[in-house]
Amino acid sequence: MSNEQIKSLEEIFEARIARDEKIEPKDWMPEKYRKTHIRQISQHAHSEIVGMLPEGNWISRAPSLRRKAALLAKVQDEAGHGLYLYSACETLGISRIELYDQLHSGKAKYSSIFNYPTLTWADMGAVGWLVDGAAIINQVPLCNTSFGPYARAMVRVCKEESFHQRQGFEIMLKLCNGSKQQKDMAQDALNRWWWPSLMMLGPTDAESVHTEQSMKWKLKRKSNDDLRQQFIDQTVPQADLLGLTIPDPDLKFNEQTGSYDFGTIDWDEFWQVVKGHGPCNKQRISARVAAWDNGSWVRDAAMAHAAKKEALKIKIAI
Amino acid sequence: MDNNWPLWEVFVRSKNGLEHRHFGSLHAADEDMALENARDVYTRRNEGVSIWVVKSSNIKASNPAHNGELFEPAQDKVYRHPTFYNVPDEVKHM
Ligand SMILES: [Fe+2]
Ligand SMILES: [Fe+2]
Ligand SMILES: [Fe+2]
Repeated sequence: MSNEQIKSLEEIFEARIARDEKIEPKDWMPEKYRKTHIRQISQHAHSEIVGMLPEGNWISRAPSLRRKAALLAKVQDEAGHGLYLYSACETLGISRIELYDQLHSGKAKYSSIFNYPTLTWADMGAVGWLVDGAAIINQVPLCNTSFGPYARAMVRVCKEESFHQRQGFEIMLKLCNGSKQQKDMAQDALNRWWWPSLMMLGPTDAESVHTEQSMKWKLKRKSNDDLRQQFIDQTVPQADLLGLTIPDPDLKFNEQTGSYDFGTIDWDEFWQVVKGHGPCNKQRISARVAAWDNGSWVRDAAMAHAAKKEALKIKIAI
Repeated sequence: MDNNWPLWEVFVRSKNGLEHRHFGSLHAADEDMALENARDVYTRRNEGVSIWVVKSSNIKASNPAHNGELFEPAQDKVYRHPTFYNVPDEVKHM
């Protein structure tokens, strides 16, 4: 194809997106669109998969059967989210095995929040309330993104997320209405998860490299700073309701903007974690790699079994 | 031997009276496992009463680049629509 032909195809393509038409996998698309989507959708999928690890840590130690059933169901949902997203990503012409390789080799990124440890039961409350809360804010606008398979996966994901956040908030509420020790535990969890949750919504707009192109393609509909403000404004009253203190001395309601002003985020910490130096980066990837490697004989056996059954079917047919 | 599990497309009927609809895809070693995995991945909240799985490699899809040849011939066949035919206003129930 000549450069001119490509240019006119690109114009038609951008116009389709501007008209709110969806792009489907077999449609012509600019190489950059394909690459950007592979990167974003796979990062999202990896985050769901690695995100199971900090919570999986508490399933066997949940304080009651009710909590255990809920946590198990939530973690299972996250596995499902990862699978919806991997399959959406594969429609762009990359195989599942390549995607796993990128995660396991450290080439691909996942949300930095999952590199923090879950030290107490209250962390299950804080994670559901704050981390899933921030995830919802990130994900809802993506239900209208331009790439059809991603948008459809996000609709399914968003339907399932609200139970995640509610079960987390319920854990916090129970602890806050309990003994002094329990309430302290909830406060401690909020102290540790608050700032990482704000960072989870991404670097400030000034630092964010992909925003403009992503806005055009509807991979992003609001800027990171807007999403962060939305998260803070909706979460502060919830913390008040719990009787917990947000660990930010500069946080205060601004009558003029109708929003909360907040303190400075430690972006050095964020970049340290993104670059692999967070408290649990190594632990997370090695747990993931071990799960994959240790499952290898099961995958082989299943394929051998499938081949045998197929051979038997053919024999009977003859 | 290539030991990567093949890809399957999943179709779910959400309730009787409705058609099966494409829900997504998944990897599984064989058709029985594909069906079981589809149950776990796509119907955790009563989303369906029936599931079909089809190996993705068995699907032949049309190419959007050929949409012109495929679909445009239908556009100029206005006589396939009821509004093409003139009937006097006095005629009722038609
Ligand atoms: Fe999720
Ligand atoms: Fe998510
Ligand atoms: Fe979630």
